[in-house]
Amino acid sequence: MTIADIIHGERVPAHRPWPRLIVQRNGWHFAGQQLAEGHWTLLGLWGDTGAVHMAVLDERAADAAVLTLECTETFPSVGAVHPPAIRLERAIRDLYGLEPAGAPDTRPWLDLGFWDVAYPLGSQAAPKPCAPYAFLFTEGENLHQIPVGPVHAGIIEPGHFRFTANGETVVRLEERLGYVHKGIESLMTGATLDKGARLAGRTSGDSTVAYATAFAHAVEAALDAPVPLRGQYLRALMAELERLANHFGDIGAICNDASFSIMHAQCGILRERTLRAADACFGHRLMMDRVVPGGVAADVGAAGRTAVSALLAEVRRVFPQLVELYDNTASLQDRTATTGVLRVELARQFGAGGYVGRASGRGFDARRTLSYAPYDELAFDIPVLEAGDVNARVWVRIREVEQSLALIDQIMRRLPDGPVLAPVDPVGSRIREGFGLAEGFRGDVLVWVRLEGPRVVRCHLRDPSWFQWPLLEAVIEGNIVADFPLCNKSFNCSYSGHDL
Amino acid sequence: MRRILFESIASRPLTEAPPTADDAMLAELARKVDAAARRRLGRSLSIREVDAGSCNGCELEIHALNNAFYDLERFGLRFVASPRHADVLMVTGPVSRNMREALARTYNATPDPKWVVAVGDCAVDGGVFAGSYAVTGGVKSVVPVDLHIRGCPPRPVQLLQGLLALLEKQPG
Repeated sequence: MTIADIIHGERVPAHRPWPRLIVQRNGWHFAGQQLAEGHWTLLGLWGDTGAVHMAVLDERAADAAVLTLECTETFPSVGAVHPPAIRLERAIRDLYGLEPAGAPDTRPWLDLGFWDVAYPLGSQAAPKPCAPYAFLFTEGENLHQIPVGPVHAGIIEPGHFRFTANGETVVRLEERLGYVHKGIESLMTGATLDKGARLAGRTSGDSTVAYATAFAHAVEAALDAPVPLRGQYLRALMAELERLANHFGDIGAICNDASFSIMHAQCGILRERTLRAADACFGHRLMMDRVVPGGVAADVGAAGRTAVSALLAEVRRVFPQLVELYDNTASLQDRTATTGVLRVELARQFGAGGYVGRASGRGFDARRTLSYAPYDELAFDIPVLEAGDVNARVWVRIREVEQSLALIDQIMRRLPDGPVLAPVDPVGSRIREGFGLAEGFRGDVLVWVRLEGPRVVRCHLRDPSWFQWPLLEAVIEGNIVADFPLCNKSFNCSYSGHDL
Repeated sequence: MRRILFESIASRPLTEAPPTADDAMLAELARKVDAAARRRLGRSLSIREVDAGSCNGCELEIHALNNAFYDLERFGLRFVASPRHADVLMVTGPVSRNMREALARTYNATPDPKWVVAVGDCAVDGGVFAGSYAVTGGVKSVVPVDLHIRGCPPRPVQLLQGLLALLEKQPG
């Protein structure tokens, strides 16, 4: 049975590839219950003019749907029964002015009190006076607070962490994010597809390929536009190069946070070699603006092919030695093993994607479960571990590096000839909607679009970090303050992708 | 580990020859940077990086400056953890309104003499994010900027060229 069979709602005609159903309040409540009882997973929850949308996934049936509740001022809070929705609802309130009725947390989330406008995507009211942010309360003997950020000590993105510690032990961590909110969704409104793709590709720079691909999937679904086979294969090549580069960077950086700098230096070399191969193939180290609706904007020539095979050979020569080094260094393992454990139940409840979910028993991968071309034709394994600690998140990355190498082998071997782009050129002013997913290195990126002819009317981009950030608060509890950098780096959540 | 260390000793360094300082950036600096201050600091600068709303693409390439290929520290340039230790603020992003105060405070916490390097296309004027309710008009709308390094994101070599321009003597 599909979700659309289970839940009663009016089906919106031009929404692809999964259905969008307009439900009543009882349907909305029912969906909240399904999430709370673990039958469905929350994929996204976002606002619209006079409505809220909820994307849900039935993992066992590999089925997804968007449920819409029309509302003018309030909507029943999903967060009241399903905590992963809480921050998404706080964001909806800040951006649209729609109140989640019965929500357990009524504090603002993205609106830090610095905008000239309240509810910028809704009523655009005059800004309200901003009360000091009330951090959650902690009580007990010998507790002290450590405020960190928004400007951090390293070359990383800004956010605020409020630690409450008892000596060395963290009793509570509370995150306050939103500092890099750029209003991307407001810029999307009225944008051409070209501008939309550029914005999507700058939602989180480390996942630019994943975002541009998810945006392209959504637009192509809305327009029912075909993508040439070679274009699909080149997208997968870019996606795997992006995954390799980020995983090399993360493995090195996690070890560096345990002061094991030789791994950082060696992994940094592999990351640089990967970016150079990407540059040789596509003319941009991070491959920004190379995935566009209808295909890709750059083709791989002979030089690119040579660079990729040289990269694969070099990684296969060096990486196993680094894995052995990681595995056989007891002082390093001492820092990563049993540190920052994410329980399997929490990973499942939050629908945590990527290495965060897969190190804690959740094997969801959009390349497999809601598969898209060309991954439906490629053979790969999804590594899943249960331990849920920093060590497990490192090992999932190591295994995914190996899988990406094997995938690139297959892609290069099978790379079909032909065009790489079938330009999309929507005419008229019909309203069409699409929903796309792409598996980035961090997890599944969701993009939902409503197009009016060739323009974007509304676009929502959901970073995997929305369902990982709250879990970081959970895993640090009971660990020592000095292990926070390790835990944080092993999650490597995106600030920009989350803050939008 | 020993094998990896021995291999590193036996093989040639990966570090690449330094690029020459970019002429356009030298010209921009010549107008702005006080020669006396530069003499006082010599050829050693401490850099504090501030992300003021970037997509994190610039951070990735700034990170790359520390890898074995670009090895920033050979030039006497290094990244430091506090604005109190810094001579240079390297600012990325269009400066989101939510980061404006934090950036201004970081600038005020940096001792004089200090320079501000704005990195990336969106740091110039907001770039692709210009016009949003949530961003200001680039780094110069919040703090005075001495040097812009353009690119989305700029390549590490371009970043090096800009930073080397800071160390070069002024023409004339």
